Amino acid sequence: MSAPVHVRSRPSPKAAPPPSGRAGGGGWSGRLSRWDIRFSPYLFISPYFLLFALFGLFPMGYTLWVAMHDWELIGSREFTGLENFRLVLTDPQFWNSVYNTAGMFVVATVPQLVMALLLANALNRRMRGQTLLRMGVLAPMVTSIAAVAIVFSQLFSRDFGLVNWVLGWFGVEGLDWAAQRWSAWLAISVMVDWRWTGYNALIYLAAMQSIPRDLYEAAAIDGASRRRQFWTITLPMLRPTIIFTAIISTIGGFQLFTEPLLFGNGDMAGGSLRQFQTVTMYMFENAFTRFDYGYASAVSWLLFLLILLGSLLNFLWLRRVGGGRA
Amino acid sequence: MIITGPRGRRRGGTVAALWGAGPLTRIMLAATIVLSMFPIYWMFVVATRTNDVVGSVPPPVVPGGELGGNLARLFGDEQARFTLGLVNSAIAASTVTVSTLLFASLAGFAFAKLRFRGRNAALLVMLATMMVPVQMGIIPLYMLMAEIGWTGRLQAVIVPFLVTGFGVFMMRQYTLQALPDELIEAARIDGCSTPRIYWSVVLPVLRPAMAVLGLFTFMQTWNEFIWPLAVLDPDNPTVQYSLNLLNGAYYTDYSLMFTGTAVATLPLLAIFLLFGRQLIGGIMDGALKA
Repeated sequence: MSAPVHVRSRPSPKAAPPPSGRAGGGGWSGRLSRWDIRFSPYLFISPYFLLFALFGLFPMGYTLWVAMHDWELIGSREFTGLENFRLVLTDPQFWNSVYNTAGMFVVATVPQLVMALLLANALNRRMRGQTLLRMGVLAPMVTSIAAVAIVFSQLFSRDFGLVNWVLGWFGVEGLDWAAQRWSAWLAISVMVDWRWTGYNALIYLAAMQSIPRDLYEAAAIDGASRRRQFWTITLPMLRPTIIFTAIISTIGGFQLFTEPLLFGNGDMAGGSLRQFQTVTMYMFENAFTRFDYGYASAVSWLLFLLILLGSLLNFLWLRRVGGGRA
Repeated sequence: MIITGPRGRRRGGTVAALWGAGPLTRIMLAATIVLSMFPIYWMFVVATRTNDVVGSVPPPVVPGGELGGNLARLFGDEQARFTLGLVNSAIAASTVTVSTLLFASLAGFAFAKLRFRGRNAALLVMLATMMVPVQMGIIPLYMLMAEIGWTGRLQAVIVPFLVTGFGVFMMRQYTLQALPDELIEAARIDGCSTPRIYWSVVLPVLRPAMAVLGLFTFMQTWNEFIWPLAVLDPDNPTVQYSLNLLNGAYYTDYSLMFTGTAVATLPLLAIFLLFGRQLIGGIMDGALKA
C-alpha cells in the first residue's frame, strides 16, 4: 500500500474514491459522490420539513378547514363557510378575552421591558461577581410556568398570602386579588415579569456591550451626563434589539394561558366574571370543555391574525418613536 | 501640549465614572437578586412545612423539618402519579433534546454551507414558520392524535417536537459564523462524503452552540404544560401535568403542591448551576445576531 494521503479524515474503504473517480467521474464511486453532492443537502433538511409538514403546516390548514364547518365532537359536520368567524366576531365573550389579553399584555410588557433596560444598564457597570449576578437574574427562567403560577397564586392568596401580609403593614387588608379585573391582571403580570425580565435584560446587556465605548467617552468629554448618555446613545443604539424583544413579547403575550389558568385554580373561564380569561383560554374552553371544534378553530385563527397585527403595530410604532429621536 | 496632561487625567476619571457601579446601582441590583430568588426560596421553605403553618401570621420564612413527610405524601399520592410523571418527562425531554440536536445541526449545516436548488426559498419558508404560535395547531393536532390513537400516550408529546425551526435557525447562524469554508473544501479534497464531513468536521465545531440549544430544548420540553394537558390522560402524565393534578378542587394543600413544584424544579436548577455560564453566553450571543 502506498503512503496514506488522506491522513486526517480517511473515508471508510467502501466510499474511498479511486484516483480516477475525482478526475473523470466514471464508475460506481464517482456516481456515488455526485449523488452525494446533489442529494445530501435535501436529505439533511428533510427531517425538519417532514415533521413541520405533518405537525405544523397540516394542522394550520386543517384548522382553517375545521373553522369553516359546524364541527362538534359528535354529530354532523356541515360546511358553514365563514359563519363561525361571524359568530366569534359578534361574541361578547370573545371580545372580553381579547380585552383581557391585550390589557395584560400592556400591563406586563411595558414595565417589563423598561425594567429590563434599567437592569441591563446596571449590569453593564464594572463590578465583581458579574457571572453570579447574571445567573441570579436569569434563574427565574429555569422554573416552569406551572411552578411559577403555583407559587405566585399562593403569594397572592387572600387569606394566607405573603403579599397581603406585607400590604397589611400599610393598612390594606384582605385584598382578594382574583376577584377584580385590575388586581387579577396585576398579579398575573407580576408572574410573567418575574420570569422574563432577567432574560430580556441579558439580551439588552449583550446589545449594550456591542456599542463602541468611544461614543460614551466622547460624550462624557463633551460634558453629557450619564442620564443624557443613556437617552442619546444607549437607547437609539438599542432600537433594533428593543423592536426584537417587543415582537417576541407580543407573540408570547398574546398566547398567555398557563399563568391565568392556574391563578384561577384551573378554571378555563378565568374567574367568575371572566375577568382574566385570555383568548387562548377561551379557545381551550370551546375545544375541550364545550367540544365545539369549529368555533374553537375560528378563535385560534383570529388569535393568529391578532398576533400578526400586534407584531406589526409594535414594529411600526417603535420604528417611528425611535426614528423621531435619532 | 499643555492640554493633554489634564485632559488625559480627566478622561481616565470619566471612564471610571462611566463603567464603575455607584451605590444606587448596587442597591438596585441587590434588590433585583432578592426579588428573583425569593419565590424559588419560598418554594423550598413551604416544601419543608406543614400546610397549617403556611397560613400562619407572620408567615414562616425559614425552612422547617417536614420535608420527609411531604415527600412521602407527594410520591404516595395516587391521583398525581408523580414518579411516573418524572420518568415520563425525563424520557420525553431527553429524546426531544437528542433528536433536536441531530436534526437541527444537519439542517443548519445544509442551509449554511451546502449549495442546492431551492435553498433560499426553503429557508424563507422555515423562518415564516417560526412566527406561527404553538396554540394555532393544538386543536387539529389533538384531532390527528385521536385519529392515530396516540392520545394518552407519551409519543404524542415527543414526536411532534423532534425538531424546531428555532433550532435549525440557531444552528445555521452558528455554522455560518464558526465554520470556515476552507475546512469543508479541504475535507472534500481528501475525499470525504457529505455525511462524513458533517460527522467529523461540522459536529466538533458546533459543540458549544449545541450545548446551549440542548439546554434550551431540555428545559422547554421539561416545562411544557399546555400540550401534555390537552393530549395526555391523568393515568399517564408528565411532571407538569402531575403538578396540576395535585391541585385539589375543594382544598388547596400548599405544602404538598410546593413539594411537587420543588422536586420538579430541582433537576433544572441543578443543570442551571452546572451550565448557567454557557446558557448566558448563548443568550447574549444570539442577541448580538438578532
